[in-house]
Amino acid sequence: MVEAKLSALKGIKPHEWAVRFVFGGLCTVVAGLIAKHFGPGVGGLFLAFPAIFPAGASLIEAHEKEHKARIGFDGTMRGRAAASVDAAGAAIGCIGLAGFAVVVWRGLELHNACVVIGLAAVVWAGLSLGFWMARKSGAGRRALGRR
Amino acid sequence: MKELIVRFLIGGAIVSLFASLGEIFRPKSFAGLFGAAPSIALATIGLTIAHDGKAYAAVEARSMVFGAAGFFCYASAASWILMRYRPRALTVTIALLPLWLGTSLGLWLLFSR
Repeated sequence: MVEAKLSALKGIKPHEWAVRFVFGGLCTVVAGLIAKHFGPGVGGLFLAFPAIFPAGASLIEAHEKEHKARIGFDGTMRGRAAASVDAAGAAIGCIGLAGFAVVVWRGLELHNACVVIGLAAVVWAGLSLGFWMARKSGAGRRALGRR
Repeated sequence: MKELIVRFLIGGAIVSLFASLGEIFRPKSFAGLFGAAPSIALATIGLTIAHDGKAYAAVEARSMVFGAAGFFCYASAASWILMRYRPRALTVTIALLPLWLGTSLGLWLLFSR
């Protein structure tokens, strides 16, 4: 079951917010500069650059480690496993990301840009959620079958 | 220069927004979906359309499909290595970036020529 915990935001330190903002901003600037220098063909690849993925995975590992340390355990291995699960989720999200790109690519020249970008965002969310649920239910069935 | 600053601010804000969503949601595999959100694309497509036109942005979006395929290979490999060998997350995710570039560029060269 998916749950949202707004309180999780309180655990993010100011420098972690700063890292994400700066990385995100820099990646966006670099993507634009690459497109200008090498053309839109190469530049477009960087629209799907894993912008904050390394920083995000590292923060997940650190948070999990801190969480375990508070109750007297070494959470190093658990932190790395949590980063692995997060990466598996990102891999599923990439299917949605490709869907987003296809909608923008095919729709932009024919329709209103705002409508196309809005539709592409819906396609990203729909595909990501759909494949995540399919994987989750598939994994659940396999686990039940093993019993 | 002004355009670069605007790109930096918009990109930073959108990437931070998706990163926050990734923090809020549980389980971790669901939160991971936000790691592959189209944050850079959302930050730049509007500016690209305004400066270079829709046709230019459409060419970028076509290449983005290959970038997403590269990201899929990269994230899958990172997930597998982290689970199998448990090295430091930052080491793996940085060391694997050439896999993203190689796959994306290779697919683009294969299908765009």
